[in-house]
Amino acid sequence: MTWNKLTYAGWGRARSATGQVARPERQSSLLREIASFAAPAFGMRRSYGDVALNDGGRAYDMTRLDRVLSFDAETGVVEVEAGMPIGDLGRAFAAKGWIPPVMPGTGFATVGGCIANDVHGKNHHVKGSFGQHVTEITLIHGAEIKTITPKSGAIWKATVGGLGQTGVIAKAKLQLMPCKGDMMVLTERRIDSLDEFLAAFDESKTDYTVGWIDATATGAHLGRGILEEGEITSGINNSKDGAKAVPFNAPGWALSAPVVRVFNELYFRRVPAKGRTSVKPITEPFFPLDAIHNWNRLYGKHGFNQFQCVVPPERVDVLRLMLEKIGASHLASPLAVLKKMGDGRGGYMSFPMEGYTLAVDFPNKDGSQELIKELTDMTLDAGGRIYFAKDGVAEATQIKGMYPEQDKWQRAVEKADPQGALVTDLVRRLNLRESAKES
Amino acid sequence: MTQTAQTWIILGATSSMARAMARRLAKEGAMLILCGRDMDDLAASAEDCKARGAAEALAMRFDARDSTSFGPIVERAVLKEGAINCAVFVGSMPEQSVIDADPSLIDGVVQDSHIGPATFLSMLAPQMEARGQGTVVGVGSVAGDRGRIGNYVYGSAKAGFATYLSGLRNRLTRAGGHVVTVKPGFVDTAMTWGIEGMFLVASPDAVAKDILRAVAKKKNVIYTPFFWRYIMLIIRHIPEFIFKKMSI
Ligand SMILES: Cc1cc2nc3c(=O)[nH]c(=O)nc-3n(C[C@H](O)[C@H](O)[C@H](O)COP(=O)(O)OP(=O)(O)OC[C@H]3O[C@@H](n4cnc5c(N)ncnc54)[C@H](O)[C@@H]3O)c2cc1C
Ligand SMILES: NC(=O)c1ccc[n+]([C@@H]2O[C@H](COP(=O)([O-])OP(=O)(O)OC[C@H]3O[C@@H](n4cnc5c(N)ncnc54)[C@H](OP(=O)(O)O)[C@@H]3O)[C@@H](O)[C@H]2O)c1
Repeated sequence: MTWNKLTYAGWGRARSATGQVARPERQSSLLREIASFAAPAFGMRRSYGDVALNDGGRAYDMTRLDRVLSFDAETGVVEVEAGMPIGDLGRAFAAKGWIPPVMPGTGFATVGGCIANDVHGKNHHVKGSFGQHVTEITLIHGAEIKTITPKSGAIWKATVGGLGQTGVIAKAKLQLMPCKGDMMVLTERRIDSLDEFLAAFDESKTDYTVGWIDATATGAHLGRGILEEGEITSGINNSKDGAKAVPFNAPGWALSAPVVRVFNELYFRRVPAKGRTSVKPITEPFFPLDAIHNWNRLYGKHGFNQFQCVVPPERVDVLRLMLEKIGASHLASPLAVLKKMGDGRGGYMSFPMEGYTLAVDFPNKDGSQELIKELTDMTLDAGGRIYFAKDGVAEATQIKGMYPEQDKWQRAVEKADPQGALVTDLVRRLNLRESAKES
Repeated sequence: MTQTAQTWIILGATSSMARAMARRLAKEGAMLILCGRDMDDLAASAEDCKARGAAEALAMRFDARDSTSFGPIVERAVLKEGAINCAVFVGSMPEQSVIDADPSLIDGVVQDSHIGPATFLSMLAPQMEARGQGTVVGVGSVAGDRGRIGNYVYGSAKAGFATYLSGLRNRLTRAGGHVVTVKPGFVDTAMTWGIEGMFLVASPDAVAKDILRAVAKKKNVIYTPFFWRYIMLIIRHIPEFIFKKMSI
C-alpha cells in the first residue's frame, strides 16, 4: 500500500500532524508517486517545530531512500539519496579520508533536510553553511524532474534553505572535505560571563567552536558556560558503542527549574577550572545528544520548543537582555548554545548571517510560548532572525522583514510550485509564501 | 576472513530487510551479489554497499518466475574461492481477498515464495557440498506456521518453503554447510506499510542483526523478533475446532 494515515510530530513534539504518508523505498516509486500526487517531503523530523509537517495533507517520508549512489575518490564528490542521515555519510567516508564539510548537531538529520534548512555546524565561521558545499540537486515536482546546480540561478537559491517549497529533493551531490581521520582534539574550558564568551569567540582559532551556555544563570553569572574548541586529527575510531534510549515519556518534574539548575551547575563544574583537552571520536563532539535516542521524551508528553535566533554582532546588548529574560523566567532547560556565526549562507531563506546565534530549549508549558514570542520580537528589533528549523511558536506578523530576500524566494517558489502543493504547516502558519504580496 | 566476509548471494535484494543485511555484510568486507528484478535499484544498492566497505558488489537479474535467470548467478558466484552463502528474501503477498477473486494468482505466490527460491537453492547446493562450507538463510514467515483466513495462500507457500529448508539443512549439514530458517513477525517494510492491524513491528535492521547473529551461532530456526516464537507456540496449539472459527 502506498499511503498510510499517520500522526507524526516534530522533534520537540509540541507540534504534530495527521495525514497520509507515503514512504517510497526506491527512486522509481518516488518518481511514480510524486507524478500522481505532488506533496512535501520530510526526513528524520529533527526539526523541532512544524516545518516538516503537513496536517490534513499528504507527505513523503524520505528516510528509506538513504543510499550512496556514487563516489569519486579523486575529487571527493559523493552523490547520495536525500534520505541519507548525515552522520552515516560521515561514518562511511571518514575512514577513506573524507568528511562532510558541514554537519549539524545531530547525525540523524538527512541530506534533504540539511539542504532544505541550509544547516550550519560548529565550523560555520570557517566553512559556511551546508548548501554551499552542495554541487547538484535532483528536484522532483509532479511529473517534472529537474537537475539544478549553483549556476541555475533563482531556483537553486530558492531550494537551498528553501524549506522544501520548490520540489522534493530526490538526490544530491556534495563536495566532501579531505580529513586526516575521524578523531577530534577537543578543548573545553569554563567561561564565567557573557563578555568573556564573546572575547573567547573572537580569539578562537579552531575550526570547530561552540559555547554551551547556562541559560538559568543570572546576575554576575549571566552568560557563563563552557567553550568547546575542536580540531580534527588523525586516527580512526573503531568502537561500536551502542546508543542508549529513553523508553518512556519522563514525568513532569524531570526538567523542572530546580532540577535544571542543579544539572547545569554540575555540567559547568564537570570541566575543571583550568580546562581540559581530550581526543574523542568525532561523533561525540559533533553529535553529543545522539548518544541517547529519543532524548526528546525527557520533556514528557507535552514536548518542548526551541528558540533559536541570530543577531548582528553589534547587538550584544540584545543578547544580554534575552539572557536576562530567560534566566528570570525559570523556564529554560538544561543546555543552551551560543555561537559566533560567519556570513556564509547558500540560499534566499538561509538562516545564517554574521553575528551571534543563541538556541534555548523550553518545555512546552505555561508562559514558555509567550516568552518565545517576546524573544522573537526582540530578534526582529535587533535586525536578526529566527531559525525556521526550530520554530513552532512565532506568528506571521512577527517575522515580516526578517528575511530580506524573501520576495525573491517567493517568486521562484511561485514558479516552481504554483498550486501550493508543497506548503507545510510552518509555511502556512507564518504565511511565508504570501506575506510579501499582502504588504 | 570473518565468517561473514565471504561471498553472499542475496535473492530479493530490493527488500529493505535484505538491504539492511547487505549493509551489515558490506561493513564486514563481504563480496555481494545482489539479485532481483529492479536492476536500477539493485545497481544503487551495489554502489551503496561498496561505499560502506564491500570488497565487491554487483547486481544480477533474478526472477523467481523465470528459471533461466538462475544459472548465471550460480556461475558468477563459483568464480570466487571460499564459502558461498545465499540469503533468500523473495516473496510476494497479494491480499487474500484479491486471490480469492482470482485463484490463478496462487501460481505466482507459490512460485515467488517457494518454487523459484527452492529451485535456485537446489542448483546451488552441489557447489556448497563440493566446498564443504557455506550458509543458506531462508526467510519464511510466521504466516507459514498455521493457515489463517487472512493470508493462507501466502502462508502455505511459506510453509512449503520452510519444509524445503528443513530438508536442505538435513542435506547440507552432512557436507559441512548450514541452513538458517528465519520466521519474521511483522516487519516495517514496503510489504506492510499502510496495512491495518500491525503490532510489535520490528525494523528491517533489527531483523538483519538477528539473522546475522543466527548465522554466526549456526541456529536452525529463528523467529525475529524472538517473542514471535511464543506467540506462534500459542497459536499453533489452539485446537483446530476452536481455531477454525477464529479470525486472527
Ligand atoms: C539535537 C539537534 C541538534 C541540531 N543541531 C543543529 C545545528 O547545529 N545546526 C543546524 O543548522 N541545525 C541543527 N538542528 C536542526 C536540524 O539539523 C535541521 O532541522 C535539519 O533540517 C533536520 O533534518 P531532517 O532530515 O530531520 O529534516 P526534517 O526535519 O524532516 O525536515 C526539515 C525541512 O526539510 C524539508 N525536507 C526534508 N527532506 C526533504 C527532501 N528530500 N526534499 C525536500 N524537502 C525536504 C522538510 O519539508 C522541512 O521543511 C539540530 C537538531 C537536533 C535535533
Ligand atoms: N514485512 C513483513 O512483515 C514480513 C513478515 C514475514 C515475512 N516476510 C518476508 O520477508 C521477505 C522480505 O519481504 P519485505 O517485507 O521486505 O517485502 P518486499 O519489499 O515486498 O520484498 C519482497 C522481495 O521479493 C522480491 N520478489 C517478489 N517477487 C519476485 C520474483 N518473481 N522474482 C524475484 N524477486 C521477487 C521483491 O523484488 P522486486 O523488487 O523485484 O519486487 C522483493 O525484493 C519476503 O519473503 C516476505 O514474505 C515479511
